[in-house]
Amino acid sequence: MFVVVTFIATCIHVYASGYMHDELHDVTDHEVTLADGHHLHRPGRFPRFFQALSLFCFSMLGIVIAGNLAMVFIFWELVGICSWFLIGFYYERKSASTAANKAFIVNRVGDFGMLIGLMALWGALGTLQFADSRATGPDGAEVVQPGLFSLVRPAATGHALQVPDGMVKFAAADEVAKIAAGQPQNPAAAASEIAARVGDWRAMGLGNWLLFIAGLGIFCGCVGKSAQFPLFVWLPDAMEGPTPVSALVHSATMVAAGVYLVGRFFPVLTPDVLLVIAYCGAITLFIAATIALVANDIKRVLAYSTVSQLGYMMLALGVGGWVAGLFHLVTHAFFKSLLFLCSGSVIHACHTNDMRKMGGLAKVMPQTAGTMLVGCLAIIGAGIPFVIGLSGYYSKDAILAQALSFSQVNPRHSILFLAVAGGAFLTAFYMFRLWFMTFAGKPRDHHVAEHAHESPSVMVTPLLVLAVLAVVAGWTLPGGFGIANLLEQARPAGTAEGFALGAVTIPAEYKSHEGAIHVTATMTAFATALAGVVLAAAMYLWRIVSPDVVATIFRPIYSFLANRWYFDEIYHALFVLPAHGIARLASGIDTGLIDGLINGLAWAARQLAGIDAWIDRTIVDGLVNTTANATWNAGLELKKLQTGRLRQYVMFIVAGTVALFVLASMLFKSSLAG
Amino acid sequence: MSGGLLGQVAAVPLFASLLTEPVSVAHYLVVGAILFAAGIVCMAVKRNALGVLMGIELVLNGANVNFVAFASPYLQGEGARGLGIDGQVIALFVILLAAAEAAVALAITLNFYNNHATVDIDRADDLKG
Repeated sequence: MFVVVTFIATCIHVYASGYMHDELHDVTDHEVTLADGHHLHRPGRFPRFFQALSLFCFSMLGIVIAGNLAMVFIFWELVGICSWFLIGFYYERKSASTAANKAFIVNRVGDFGMLIGLMALWGALGTLQFADSRATGPDGAEVVQPGLFSLVRPAATGHALQVPDGMVKFAAADEVAKIAAGQPQNPAAAASEIAARVGDWRAMGLGNWLLFIAGLGIFCGCVGKSAQFPLFVWLPDAMEGPTPVSALVHSATMVAAGVYLVGRFFPVLTPDVLLVIAYCGAITLFIAATIALVANDIKRVLAYSTVSQLGYMMLALGVGGWVAGLFHLVTHAFFKSLLFLCSGSVIHACHTNDMRKMGGLAKVMPQTAGTMLVGCLAIIGAGIPFVIGLSGYYSKDAILAQALSFSQVNPRHSILFLAVAGGAFLTAFYMFRLWFMTFAGKPRDHHVAEHAHESPSVMVTPLLVLAVLAVVAGWTLPGGFGIANLLEQARPAGTAEGFALGAVTIPAEYKSHEGAIHVTATMTAFATALAGVVLAAAMYLWRIVSPDVVATIFRPIYSFLANRWYFDEIYHALFVLPAHGIARLASGIDTGLIDGLINGLAWAARQLAGIDAWIDRTIVDGLVNTTANATWNAGLELKKLQTGRLRQYVMFIVAGTVALFVLASMLFKSSLAG
Repeated sequence: MSGGLLGQVAAVPLFASLLTEPVSVAHYLVVGAILFAAGIVCMAVKRNALGVLMGIELVLNGANVNFVAFASPYLQGEGARGLGIDGQVIALFVILLAAAEAAVALAITLNFYNNHATVDIDRADDLKG
């Protein structure tokens, strides 16, 4: 996986240095109109693009080499944020920034599930380490701390899947507490009694659900990252980013991360979880393939094709095809990055994404057309049955075989095989529809055709390299060297044999190589692919059946598909509108209730302050002012006495003295008389 | 004491008795009272500051006459000690004070004249409230 990521990332970096050369100098973005009617003119963002692209690759490599789930989670989020940077690279365009936000938010939904899974594992098992780790104990001896894989598939039981002790005890917490409480003085005895009873509890099925939740939670994260149903809606919108980004997102990073993690985490997943994964993959592959049938945007077709192929991988993993799923991941990485880079080359030449305006491009850009044809053949799994084929032939056959094997063991789930077979047919149809519409026939839009040209060699060289790899990636060299064999050697311990827990049985993968199954699968794959190509050719190359007529006949189905099953609308109605409603309610509570309360309190405080001010002004100040006024007035009155006329003063003195004497004589008459 | 004297004086038919009596303390008192009253009236009616000052001299001297009159040996109590000239001493003090006061008052008047070119005390209302 490490090799795949680094290799494809290298190709894409080289290609992007050609594709993004516009960004080296100032750029006028014709898709952004400013308020004054001009187009946006901004400095180029070449360094910024490569920064984000490199960080993206770094994060993906981090996921690949991380040894425990916590590290995986951190790099997982880094991948998420990088995708946000890159999808929103033309962030002045509203559609691009919206698509970036959509990708990020939808991924958050999945990551929430992943967090639940992480908590279930951490809470019950206390480790997020995949493999065993060695540590030096307090006494200097080496202690082996079991990782998740050893806990779920202990070597003692031959790596057979079982619910780990930690989860059993966690589920039987009441019983454990009772035993521990029964022997408070002797914890060692209590511990041994608990250990003795773990087997019984496990037989009762305690802890099954916890393992199920853990697996499902981790898978939730993968659903978001790998754009599985029901969280696949972000991936087609992610086409807003520059094409090299799309190629990287769709092949080696981001979406690969989800599939990779399911593969990495495979030993811990129970058959129940795997069944969920399988159905998720089946639904995804069917929905995405049908939408791709009617899409007209060249990149959108590829996007839905990616979603569909990811569905294949998930389904493969879900039915127990560990090697098949990861094998398809690798081969898909090659031919899908090839297809994307080819489409980028076409867009670079035509300056449009709309396939209806293309046509007849094979003459002007033969190298791109040729490499794209290789990519299309690879993705539909073309090859001469039982002899040799392109890379997709091997990986897709492996998936079909495993799905067939699974549905033979579990007849109730045989629809999974039908989904895979139907998906193969649809894949062939829409891929060749794309190729015929773009490269074959006559040019539909002369303006586009005149300006089309072959891309520079810095862009074509990676195409050729990837085309070669898309052909040979599935081959097994003499001596047994091949990707499938490498993967077989890397298979996690204990998953080679089939296993069962509950009603679902996962068949061993080697059984799918048995003649009866393998021949049927190969023939099915070949027949469906051929049928798809022939139908596409009939409609778009030979014009035997007019696509418009078909679209008119099946008008309701066509519009249903063209509107992408109304998923965006459903999500809008189901999640966005209620969220808006809740937000409006919350804002209503905020403005009405809380603000009202605060405003009311403020109003009351103001009123109280008013009363207080009135008391202060009227009573306190009034008292002071009245005293001051009285003093003032008294002074004014007394001032009149000070006439300044000295003679008057003399009269006052005389009159006063006389008055005093008179008063004294009257008051003290008795004492005087005495 | 003075209240008692007044009562005593008021009880006597004023002019008749005084004119027929030999000269006594009461006569001095009458002279002092007339001087005092004349001084008061002079102070009250004069608009000329010098006139007012003269009135003040009259009032003070009316009081001096009283002091001296009351210092009469006839009014000394039995067995009184001392020289019996308290009244005269006080009268001297009053004269002294009157001189000092006259000096100050004349200085004020002179200043007032310098400032207002008049000695009309009705014009001296700068400190009016």
